[in-house]
Amino acid sequence: MQLTNRSIVVSNKEQSFAEKIYFPAIVKGMAITFSHLFKKRPTIMYPEVKREYAPVYRGQHVLKRDENGAERCTSCGMCAVACPAEAITMESGERKKGEEHLYREEKYAKTYEINMLRCIFCGLCEEACPKEAIFLTDRIVDAEYERDTFIYGKDILVEKMDKRIDVTKRQTPEVLNFKKIPGLKHNEVYQDKLNKGKH
Amino acid sequence: MIEFIIYKSIICVVIFAVSLGIAAYSTWWERKFAGLLQDRWGPSRAGKWGLLQPLADGGKMLFKEEIIPNVSNKFLFILAPGLFIVTAIVAGVLIPWGPAMQIGDSVYALQVSDVNVGVIFLLGVTSIGVYGIMIGGWASNNKYSLLGAIRASAQMISYELAMGISLIALIITAGGTLSFSEIVAAQDGGVANVVWQPLGFIIFFVCALAETNRAPFDLAECETELVGGYHTEYSAFKLGLFLFAEYINMFVSSAVMAGFYFGGYNFPFAHELYSAMGLQEGSWIISLIGFGAYFTKTLIFISVFMWIRWTIPRFRYDQLMNLGWKALLPLSLLNLAITVVVEYFRGNIIF
Repeated sequence: MQLTNRSIVVSNKEQSFAEKIYFPAIVKGMAITFSHLFKKRPTIMYPEVKREYAPVYRGQHVLKRDENGAERCTSCGMCAVACPAEAITMESGERKKGEEHLYREEKYAKTYEINMLRCIFCGLCEEACPKEAIFLTDRIVDAEYERDTFIYGKDILVEKMDKRIDVTKRQTPEVLNFKKIPGLKHNEVYQDKLNKGKH
Repeated sequence: MIEFIIYKSIICVVIFAVSLGIAAYSTWWERKFAGLLQDRWGPSRAGKWGLLQPLADGGKMLFKEEIIPNVSNKFLFILAPGLFIVTAIVAGVLIPWGPAMQIGDSVYALQVSDVNVGVIFLLGVTSIGVYGIMIGGWASNNKYSLLGAIRASAQMISYELAMGISLIALIITAGGTLSFSEIVAAQDGGVANVVWQPLGFIIFFVCALAETNRAPFDLAECETELVGGYHTEYSAFKLGLFLFAEYINMFVSSAVMAGFYFGGYNFPFAHELYSAMGLQEGSWIISLIGFGAYFTKTLIFISVFMWIRWTIPRFRYDQLMNLGWKALLPLSLLNLAITVVVEYFRGNIIF
């Protein structure tokens, strides 16, 4: 019974003289290898040249600051809830007087840790975040020698003021609109706040 | 006398240095060429185009830990790589690298020694080369090494025959001389021997691949079956010497092929070129151009060796023996018969 058309019937026919002396086949093979001398090479000379990432590449996270340099994260915990790998933990703190330039809202994350060994870089934290605070960037998480150094705290995650990280590739109008669709469950809290005018 | 010693010493040192340099850069070119044939770039980090790679490899070989197995025969174990590399270099003394140079009244040949039985000397020295492999493999006291060594020696015996007979045919064509420089000189102005000996050249080429233990005949060190073959137990610079000697062998046999079959330092319209440039016979510029021609041919042959390595898969052992005894030996005898007939009608043989 023939299942596909791809099967090849084994032929046991006698080899012709040309096949027996091998030389035509060898010359043919040599021509093939020689032609590869002039083929285009797919090599990317890594440290000097880097491969271009897709615009939606999901690498190391960043905790964004707003234009005044205040942290956007309000420690609402949405990301931690959304995280399928349970890689995110945080501790909330209350903003004191005189810290307005540091934290955007009254509540902020005192500690914020992502375990990079658990993280699967799915990007759900970014999707869940109502404050546009966490983003996945095109940076690669470095290799480390110890397991506990993979737990990244705020010192690594929060962007430095002198080294702002561009996330416009991921913060497109489509994304912003998507976050405002009321029917989506993760937007309900945000919508409630909007309706009450507490934003 | 003192002049003669100085001249020979200079030639010796230069040819020794060139052999070693070529062997070192063959390792680089092998990797580079392999990369290019496989759509890669090959070594590119050490220096421009990876040109310092042989230095890095040599340094690695020098500084690695040297292991001599307890159960080995220590004396023979150390002797083997030395023997192998010495025979490899000695085979290079015969090669006439260029037309003779005339300085003052004396004529200087660009050759260490013009042995009048050069072809026989060459066959003898290259077959001693297998002793290095054999002794090394046996002294390691390791079954893989021993198997590799046995394979190498069996292969050498099988292919030496066909090679020798194809060389007899060559000698008849070249006018009955056994001297390397005379064989090369006989092709001056005429046609290269390969025109009269196409079959002989193919047989010689295949045998040269087998003699130098190159792919597709590298059964002596075939890593899929025998770990490292005869050099399984070798490490550090002794291993380096083995690998080095193989590349020197390759260099020498490429030079021999270029000299025997492709005219060595002669090339088409050489004399027209020299007279157009207004050069006297024996000028050092002629020697230089001849050397360049010979060297280029040799390098092309080395590249062809590598090209073959990355094209043809390795033979199975019985296939190797079948090819040697059932195909190449009868073919070389046939070639000899044809040569005799052809040369009789050309008038080179008189009964």
